[in-house]
Amino acid sequence: MIQILVRFVVGGAVVSAFSLIADILKPKTFAGLFGGAPSVALATLGLTVATQGASNGAIEARSMMAGAVALFLYASFVSWVMMRYRFTALSATLGTMPLWFAVAFGLWSLGLNR
Amino acid sequence: MRPKFDTSGLGETQWHEYAIRFLFGGGITVAAGLVASKFGPTVGGLLLAFPAILPASATLIEKHEKERKEEKGLNGATRGRQAASLDAAGAAMGSVALLVFALLVWQLLPDHHAWIVLPGAMVVWLVVSVSIWEIRERMRTIRRKSHSPGIGR
Repeated sequence: MIQILVRFVVGGAVVSAFSLIADILKPKTFAGLFGGAPSVALATLGLTVATQGASNGAIEARSMMAGAVALFLYASFVSWVMMRYRFTALSATLGTMPLWFAVAFGLWSLGLNR
Repeated sequence: MRPKFDTSGLGETQWHEYAIRFLFGGGITVAAGLVASKFGPTVGGLLLAFPAILPASATLIEKHEKERKEEKGLNGATRGRQAASLDAAGAAMGSVALLVFALLVWQLLPDHHAWIVLPGAMVVWLVVSVSIWEIRERMRTIRRKSHSPGIGR
């Protein structure tokens, strides 16, 4: 239970810190870089290495590559949808979330599931 | 446009908006840990690149941009959407650098200290993402100049 609490606080703090940095940067495409920052990864990998060892952290990082490809396609699609159609940011980002899951788990099933 | 710090937008963000980001970030980190312990690190690792910041940041940017325009008596819906779209385009560039981050951590973590590998990979993420942004800006400038041949002659 304590480990879950630590994860929650560390993850919340790291994601908030990256969001705050993005808030004070201009122009918007530059600030947006932080939407692809390793915020959850930094919080999680540090705790994984501390509790389960470096080899588990390395395996997580390998799978993370599939997640990063999925994030690239998801963010590109969200950007295109909002520029071209009249979707709000909330509906575009949440409505296209299945794309991230499909690409991430699709790539995972192609070779990272070992 | 050169990158710069601008703290004027900080006052527009309300405390509950910071709280939502904290809860979302904490929730995703806990979920990644629980998924990893239940299904193994290969599945848990996928969530390390989950879009944890983009939905909240794009929504806030759209809202703030819209409010700014409406204060001037204009319809800010289109401008708000465009601003959120640019934010997402930036996240796409950042995610390419995230792939490099993951590759480095995967390769280096088994043989080196985590306290060297993680900050080092973070620095590489920053350098790669800023470089991609810079290349994109230069390409846009070149394209703009080639589309307006009369300017500068």
